[in-house]
Amino acid sequence: MASSAALAVLQSAGRGRARRREWAAVLGRAVRTPRGATGLSIVGIVVLIAAIGPALTPYSSTQFVTAPFANPSGTFLLGADVLGRDVLSRTLDGGWVLLLMAAVATLLGVVGGAICGVCAAYFGGHWDTLIMRIVDIVLAFPQLVFALLLVSVLGPKIWLIVLAVGISHAPQVARVTRAAALDVCERDFVRAAQILGMPARRVLRREVLPNLTSVLMVELGLRLTYSILVIAGLSFLGFGLQPPAASWGLMINENRIGLVANPWGVLAPTLLIAALTIGMNTLTDAVARASLGVGRQADDALLSGISAAGAVQ
Amino acid sequence: MADVTAPAPIAPAARAPKAHPFRDVLVKRLGFGILTLFIVSILVFAATQVLPGNAASAALQNTATPARLHALEIQMHLNRSAVAQYWSWLTGLLHGNFGTSIVNNASVSSLIGGRVLNTAVLMLLAGVIGTVIGVVLGMLAAARRDSWFDHGLSVIALAVTALPEFVVAMALVTFFAALVWHILPAVSVYPPGVSPWSIPSLLVLPVATLVIVIVPYTFRMMRAAMIDALESDYVEMAKLKGMSRWRVLAVHALPNAIAPTIQVIGLNFLYLAGGVVVVEYVFNYPGLGQALVNAVSDRDIPVIQFIVLLLAAFYVVVNIATDLISLAATPRRRLPRS
Repeated sequence: MASSAALAVLQSAGRGRARRREWAAVLGRAVRTPRGATGLSIVGIVVLIAAIGPALTPYSSTQFVTAPFANPSGTFLLGADVLGRDVLSRTLDGGWVLLLMAAVATLLGVVGGAICGVCAAYFGGHWDTLIMRIVDIVLAFPQLVFALLLVSVLGPKIWLIVLAVGISHAPQVARVTRAAALDVCERDFVRAAQILGMPARRVLRREVLPNLTSVLMVELGLRLTYSILVIAGLSFLGFGLQPPAASWGLMINENRIGLVANPWGVLAPTLLIAALTIGMNTLTDAVARASLGVGRQADDALLSGISAAGAVQ
Repeated sequence: MADVTAPAPIAPAARAPKAHPFRDVLVKRLGFGILTLFIVSILVFAATQVLPGNAASAALQNTATPARLHALEIQMHLNRSAVAQYWSWLTGLLHGNFGTSIVNNASVSSLIGGRVLNTAVLMLLAGVIGTVIGVVLGMLAAARRDSWFDHGLSVIALAVTALPEFVVAMALVTFFAALVWHILPAVSVYPPGVSPWSIPSLLVLPVATLVIVIVPYTFRMMRAAMIDALESDYVEMAKLKGMSRWRVLAVHALPNAIAPTIQVIGLNFLYLAGGVVVVEYVFNYPGLGQALVNAVSDRDIPVIQFIVLLLAAFYVVVNIATDLISLAATPRRRLPRS
């Protein structure tokens, strides 16, 4: 009897499965708002520049073509950098590694964090305590400092930076996911699936996760913004792509001594990084507004990266 | 013996449950904090153990000869077991012996000592100024909700939230030190032995960068909390009895809106711990962050270990302080839940 009732609940909750394309719907709603459209177009332009830029460079990005810090001219549209390389070519060439690293680090962090958070909420008890304690400990390292610690030990390797940034995202994601999953795990259709004897992995994948779509989308956007911030910051500090390769963060650092002579060496990469993060944040904001029907306060707290779980429970 | 003393503490506790909310929170948080620091210290130490080769060969890099390597290994106690090394490092820390820099053989405390103060000045100034500006702007935006002032600030906050510190720093340098005006120095180089507050003009740009980066968080939280408070019954009541607009804001709404904002202010201070690294590097400000970046470039492990541990301790302390202050700002939570 219990199981037939459970079956009925599960069928009535079948929309959980029908909403498999929910992320597309939320994204669609978000980009139709002015905020979403603005964010998406800014991100789109920067991504386009970074993606097809390497094919459009007028000169090699590592070749010395003219005098250091030469002013913009007809042949060198944005002038030359500290070593006399073409700023335009380096700018076009210097974005794709940053974007790729940020994307992979974000995926690592959000997937890892979401798995930890959902498991903590679903299994509860000792698992919950253990996972949340680990989260607390990783949080004691500022993101940038955590990456610097690993870099100091193993050297500035690209995979290491991606891994470090991914790991340092996971605790925040785990906290937010756990808070949201705690609500979902209480609901009837999850109970029903458990009563029917569905294995935990399947309950989590088919009943719990689909109901966290919007939360995870917002996390994905937020963490992508932070990934760009941290990875570009590390690159600026000299712990990213190594010279002579071109990278926006590195370019800013190389050329800042010539800010007065040829400002474009600094301005071009700075403007692109700023546009990318502002666009990403605006898009995430629009997604959050489109997907979460929550009060303004929770909304704002979430958007400012604080998470619904809060720093202290 | 245990049977006699055990009931004693229970009896008063049963009569007045949670009589000491501050002490309870402090003890619990302090316990977790010390545990966290202990585990962080193990992790920080373990990081040096996975080094390919070892710390001695990393320090000598290509100047390593077998004899020099051996001498340095003994100096760094690398010939002992990992647990013994950890133990001597940890007990050294607790006795105030923070280790010796691999790069120039100076003691870590002499390298770091003055910098701690410089960074503290930078963080405190940025934290306090940022908090005040964020709280005031949040209050004003909430009071004039949906006006052009509110919308404008919200859009600016949304944009600025996402900017990396070095982008803000470069923008400020471009405007105030290089291209547009030349009113402020682009780098903050202090002669040795000079305290940062003795040349205030050198502090302006680093502090301004950090303030700009943290204000949006406080602003957004404050605005949201203030709007909540302004929609409450007690504010309605205060308005109806004819209280002035600003008095309602400052006396009735502000104390209730500040409590949730304290968490964000705490997080901002934690954020500053990471933010100073880039800002100090950009402006050549002689603080912990700059020392960390230099140490990472030189792979000066003892210095890195100590700074990371110091930042973790800062995290623990700020978290405890945030908890206690928000407890003090929320009288409701101090009452026994019965």
